[in-house]
Amino acid sequence: MPQDAITAHIPSLRRYARALAPDPDRAEDLLQDCLERACCRMYLWTPGTDLRAWLFTIMHNVHLNQQRRLRGEPRFVTVDEIGDEAAAAPAGDDALQARDLGRALSLLPDSQREVLLLVVVEAMRYEQVAAILELPIGTVMSRLHRARERLRQLMDTDRSRGLRRVK
Amino acid sequence: MTSQQPPIDDADLHAYVDDQLPPERRVLVQAHLDADPDARARVQRYRELNLMLVRHYGAGGEPVHPAQPAHSRPRPRRRGLAIAAAASLAGLCSGMLGGGALGYRLASAAAPSIESDLVAPAAFAHAVYAPEQRHPVEVTADQESHLVAWLSNRLHRDVRPPDLSGSGYQLIGGRLLPSTDRMAAQFMYQSDDGRRVTLYLRAGAWGGGQQPFRHSARDQVNVLYWTDGTVGYALSGAVEQAELSRIADLAFPPKPGYPHGPV
Repeated sequence: MPQDAITAHIPSLRRYARALAPDPDRAEDLLQDCLERACCRMYLWTPGTDLRAWLFTIMHNVHLNQQRRLRGEPRFVTVDEIGDEAAAAPAGDDALQARDLGRALSLLPDSQREVLLLVVVEAMRYEQVAAILELPIGTVMSRLHRARERLRQLMDTDRSRGLRRVK
Repeated sequence: MTSQQPPIDDADLHAYVDDQLPPERRVLVQAHLDADPDARARVQRYRELNLMLVRHYGAGGEPVHPAQPAHSRPRPRRRGLAIAAAASLAGLCSGMLGGGALGYRLASAAAPSIESDLVAPAAFAHAVYAPEQRHPVEVTADQESHLVAWLSNRLHRDVRPPDLSGSGYQLIGGRLLPSTDRMAAQFMYQSDDGRRVTLYLRAGAWGGGQQPFRHSARDQVNVLYWTDGTVGYALSGAVEQAELSRIADLAFPPKPGYPHGPV
């Protein structure tokens, strides 16, 4: 059953949508648009090829289209908001880490965030990521490098800021 | 190092962290890391970031199925979600598509043989990896969330090691394996006195819905196996069959109305 085959991938598509989109509503839109398009174009999928990679390609394209449509709208928190948020009430280590990570991730350009998530969270091969995003593999590697270095920088800044606050 | 090999660069370090290097290159990168504390620190930090990302954005963030036969686990909200999703997809698709073409495309292959596609590879994988001292598993139990996310991704379904500690076996980790025609996962457990059992699982159109536990034996390895229609499970060990039954009975308790136990 085609529905079953696609349904099996919904959890990972939803995860990816949530990490890509800045708010839950937009993530859900992204997922729904992706599923609808997948269903209508199932005939374009070549049997025997990787259905998951095909679905992620669709989501990538839907995301690009949404970005184009929404251009101009502010998508992520500004630096000022970050300062206020960081001073918010203390939370558990895990919640703090989740918050810092979400914030750092939101500060990465879309192009880098996509590569990072596909490689790390979806555990995809670099070649698969290159095919999904329609990029040369060298570009995938350089985006991955920039994403990790930027994330490391942002998280380390958070870490040291956290330490300073405690003093 | 051979003179033929290009020098280690950033891409190698990333591929090392993401476990995407060919083995011979991996050895070179390992040697490079041993000699370069800065590179080692970077790799360590990248790994921490990977674990953090998987933890907060990976499969753990979603309700997941344990790797248990369906009849033994409580049916969680996830099922409702899956049905709702399937129903909405069916709704979306109906009217847009004639079922015939899709049915043809996705028609499942002939039902695999449980003996050759589940029991034999499980027993073999046990015989190969259980005696390993240095590398019994690919990902250790202290990185369980990473292990779960990774195997779930590679098997395209939620895969989670069951807790066998009630029988005295602790999880030591797991690995991804090629099976006859698709990927399989192997979780390894060890008792205090050093005995090891492995749980091997892979998808397949086994058919027949819920199946009771059955025993098989290959050389020195006993196997207790069952399927739930879509996933086949094989618990293997160089232990008595009764011991395997004891472990499985505790980890996968029976529900009234379902077949259960060795037949």
